[in-house]
Amino acid sequence: MAEISLVDTRNALDPASPLAVRGLTVSYGEKPALFSLDATFPAGAMSAIVGPNGAGKSTFLKAALGLIPRVSGEVQVFGRDVDRVRDRIAYVPQRASVDWDFPTTAIDVVLMGLYGQIGLWRRISGQYKARARACLDRVGMGEFADRQIGQLSGGQQQRVFLARALAQEADLFLLDEPFAGVDAATERAIIDVLKSLQADGRSIVAVHHDLSTVPDYFDHVMLVNLRRIAEGPVRQVFTAAALSETYGGRLGATQIDTLTLQGA
Amino acid sequence: MGAEFVQFSLTPILIGIFAAIACALPGNFLILRRQALIGDAISHVVLPGIVVAFLVTGTTATGPMLLGAAGAALVAVVLIETVRRLGKIEPGAAMGVVFTALFAGGVLLLEQSDTSSVHLDVEHALMGNLEQLIWLRADGWGSLVDPVALAALPPELPRMAIVAVIIMVLTVLFWRPLKLTSFDEGFARAIGLPVNVIALGLVATAAAAAVAAFDAVGSIIVIAMFICPPAAARLMTNRLSMQVAWSIAFAVLSAVLGYVLAGYGPIWLGAAGSVSAAGMVAAISGVILLLACLFGPARGRVGVAAGGEAP
Repeated sequence: MAEISLVDTRNALDPASPLAVRGLTVSYGEKPALFSLDATFPAGAMSAIVGPNGAGKSTFLKAALGLIPRVSGEVQVFGRDVDRVRDRIAYVPQRASVDWDFPTTAIDVVLMGLYGQIGLWRRISGQYKARARACLDRVGMGEFADRQIGQLSGGQQQRVFLARALAQEADLFLLDEPFAGVDAATERAIIDVLKSLQADGRSIVAVHHDLSTVPDYFDHVMLVNLRRIAEGPVRQVFTAAALSETYGGRLGATQIDTLTLQGA
Repeated sequence: MGAEFVQFSLTPILIGIFAAIACALPGNFLILRRQALIGDAISHVVLPGIVVAFLVTGTTATGPMLLGAAGAALVAVVLIETVRRLGKIEPGAAMGVVFTALFAGGVLLLEQSDTSSVHLDVEHALMGNLEQLIWLRADGWGSLVDPVALAALPPELPRMAIVAVIIMVLTVLFWRPLKLTSFDEGFARAIGLPVNVIALGLVATAAAAAVAAFDAVGSIIVIAMFICPPAAARLMTNRLSMQVAWSIAFAVLSAVLGYVLAGYGPIWLGAAGSVSAAGMVAAISGVILLLACLFGPARGRVGVAAGGEAP
């Protein structure tokens, strides 16, 4: 009996985890993009996914959400199949993945985050508009509500995307490079919002490219380069050895030293 | 405007208006998705479908024609996907190869087969026969309430009207999914929208519009209406709902102005006869697009995805 239950615990994905995967393999054509990846992100934490360009960071988020097909592997969100808990997930795609010339306004984009609750045909009442406006206020974009999205700066566009995610009132936030190409003020504003979400008990998983801010911003980190190199609390796994294994020769030794010293 | 107008101009203008609206509505979303060429592709591949339908059934009745056209559109979609995947090339190139090949095949079939006895030729395929869709039984505006005269309406009119109304209803019903999947496909997938089904539905709707409009107005109008009114409308506004409204206005304006100018323009200029209504409608839509490019208040923000005028 004891043995069986031991085996079961080892094989089962942690149902308490907001996002747990096992054996996740994804390929584009014949080229593998992720290979047999295991990960268990802790609840209520700020987690980073870190790795070089083309390591499969965005692919990981997309495959976990079922946006792209996976070759094999198991994904659980809050211990359940992702299709059954989509209303608890807020996904912020890469800013560059959409056409910002699209004829729509900032508040309209945030309202898209409420489509799940409003439904496809019900009228958008004032109550929903007020909620969308509050989300824009929260990211400091209230005054730009009626601006066409193409007329916003990159940082402002990223904040609108975050506001849309806030409108979803999700428990798990998956963000793809939320700090890519944004100004310092926006980075500060975004991290403040994410920290306040965490204080509310929400879980955050973000693809992140700036190694120097990992120890400041995040509690948990997964280092990935096709495979999972390391995963765990930043203090334990964000080490010089793990980083040089992740990045190969692409990071200088001195660079790694400064990074990990900051984290220690 | 009296009996003569009702007899000779009212029905072609109405058919032109409905055809223009039916094509312009899905065109809005195709352009925003950078898929404007799909409309072009569909209207070309319709030709071999119609020829094959004629060769099989021996008639030019509406039913077989529409079935053949729909079948050809389906074959084209499958072929485009196949070429794209096997050749690993971008969708635009795959479409270009497939629709040109199918259209050329249609022309060859048409020339090799004996269709001289019926009204089926390359010119008809391109330009339609808008000018011939007249209402001879009408003898004035009173005919609009005369059941006997109404029964003699060209069948293209009710058919095109029904298709246009259905497409309008679909656009309203699926407004939010269309808007969201056109803007941010990844997000739409993440909240569980069936993105592929919506994309397929949009293309199928565009195909239905093209097939229904093709027979009456020819592929020139179809191609122009998929692209020009929505592209011009995009330059007038930064709101999607306003863009769609503008595109309908431009489609109607092109149809009316184009028909009238084709019929009377040459006479006004002192020349005899008239020019092709289909060509003029398409040309007017091109002029509207040009004016919108020069003076539209929201210009300079959008790259017109593809297109231009028909061959």
